[in-house]
Amino acid sequence: MRQSLSDMAFMDFPGAGPLWLSFRLAAVTTALLLCFGAPFAWWLAQTKSRAKVLIEAVVALPIVLPPTVLGFYLLVVLGPYGAIGRWWVEITGESLTFSFSGLVIASCIYSLPFAVQSMQHAFEALDRRNLEAAWTLGASRSDAFFTVAMPQSVRGFLNAIVLSFAHTLGEFGVVLMVGGNIPGETRVISITIFDQVESMNYANAYRLSAILLLFAFFALLFMFAMNRRWQNR
Amino acid sequence: MKRANATLGDPADLVLRYVLRRGDFSLDVNLSIPASGITGLFGESGSGKTTLLRCIAGLERSAYGRLVVGGEIWQDDASGISRAIHHRKIGYVFQEPRLFAHLTVRGNLEYGGRRTKTGRKRVDFERIVELLGLQSLLHRSPHDLSGGEAQRVAIGRALLREPRFVFMDEPMAGLDRTRRDEILPFMDRLHSELSLPIIYVSHNIEEVCRLCDHLVVMQKGQVLADGELQSMLSRMDLPILNGDEAGSVIQGTIASYDAEYDLTRLNFSAGALEIPGRHGVPGGELRIRVRANDVSLCRERPGQTTILNIVAATVDRIQPDRGAVLLVRLAAGTDTLMARITRRSGHQLSLRSGERVLAQIKAVSVRNSLEGTGSGSR
Repeated sequence: MRQSLSDMAFMDFPGAGPLWLSFRLAAVTTALLLCFGAPFAWWLAQTKSRAKVLIEAVVALPIVLPPTVLGFYLLVVLGPYGAIGRWWVEITGESLTFSFSGLVIASCIYSLPFAVQSMQHAFEALDRRNLEAAWTLGASRSDAFFTVAMPQSVRGFLNAIVLSFAHTLGEFGVVLMVGGNIPGETRVISITIFDQVESMNYANAYRLSAILLLFAFFALLFMFAMNRRWQNR
Repeated sequence: MKRANATLGDPADLVLRYVLRRGDFSLDVNLSIPASGITGLFGESGSGKTTLLRCIAGLERSAYGRLVVGGEIWQDDASGISRAIHHRKIGYVFQEPRLFAHLTVRGNLEYGGRRTKTGRKRVDFERIVELLGLQSLLHRSPHDLSGGEAQRVAIGRALLREPRFVFMDEPMAGLDRTRRDEILPFMDRLHSELSLPIIYVSHNIEEVCRLCDHLVVMQKGQVLADGELQSMLSRMDLPILNGDEAGSVIQGTIASYDAEYDLTRLNFSAGALEIPGRHGVPGGELRIRVRANDVSLCRERPGQTTILNIVAATVDRIQPDRGAVLLVRLAAGTDTLMARITRRSGHQLSLRSGERVLAQIKAVSVRNSLEGTGSGSR
């Protein structure tokens, strides 16, 4: 797909491949964060455990940590001699660092707080009384989660999707540390922009930056507009 | 037309024993609730009525006890049995409607029914919609409903879950008088047309007298007394029923309607009563509430009086009710009347148990409590 795209329309445009790669990375990351983040956020919203604050602090770390620091630790852990990287090599025979899979894992951690916090806040704002009503109407816990809690937290899910996607799309530092700059594999859009600037190719840098800027702006615009609409209901 | 016809120990009953402690409050209840008619759970706020319902529904995790519904053990903490909430077939109508905002009225109504795996439907969707007057609301969003409409939808949703028992936790507490009057006729219809047993929580004796057949009086987390409504109202050892709101309920047969004066004549065991307004049809049954404050006593039939209803009665028991006031229980035919009179009047008449008196009942005070079910549809 990536090949055919760059072959046809953007043959001469160095941003097409990386753009596609970035969107793919953001989509996969967002999907994974929704699947695993939702139950996790649900647990955080419901639990009375003392460990909650500790876990919340850990989840929020990627927001404040310099991406290079996060990237460095990930490089160590995911590298062929790291805890996870070694295990990955044993199973797949390939290195996790400097690969698309490695980028997905790194992005999930990098964007985790944006997904989990959005969903957690939505779950916390849920009226527990509605869940009680659902249970007394014959819905099991998981049934009530899918048929009452999730539909009523749709704002939180939308925020989680938009923020994780946009945030992953724009990441730079972590990718550079973990993924490097391999065309078609780890050369994402932000790194391409950096390359273009380095090689004094400002026209391409302008174009790619404008695409990202517009995308980010419209994604946020959409998110806030939807929030406002649901709020007024 | 006797509604509370459940005998004690009927296997269909709800038999429970619960203990729960939370801060200063403790619930300690041992109770059997008949599987027919409406049982009123009456008591001041904080007496544990709601908590008891929540225990039965499984919503109070810290409750310890035993619950048998229709012969099935739903909970027995002593042997580690406890059905999950969603396996307890209770139709719970909360104080607030708690409708699901992301579903339409129809979606809300169908939510419970979809999760009920019974082959034969005992409760029919169309029938409930018709009974509660929800036809025109089906496609609306819960946001666009008035308080009374929303509560009617909530009642329908609970009924369509095909419950063994329906719980109604002061479903009208959050509504103003107009909305309340809008729901009550629907409640009467449910009562007369569905055979589902209902437990109705209320701290309003008017509502209880109007709707219930059976009464449980709670105080400070305990059951003070329980029994059939009429006999409970004539008990004199329950302060909560003997205050300003003391009264009795009389069941009678409609004899005729006088259009000129807009009065309905009701025959009961001790004679006839004239009731303002038109109620039911001749031959039908009518339940009325007579407040003790509206009953006065005399020895001889007064010559001229504005009071229409004078009934011969026998003094059954006299109880000093707060300082200046006496509460007198009267036997009138097979019915009971309560009268609240000043202690001084009592002395002047030198009232004693067993004496014949005349009870004057202000016509205006006679309350129709169950309209529309007069045709004896049960």
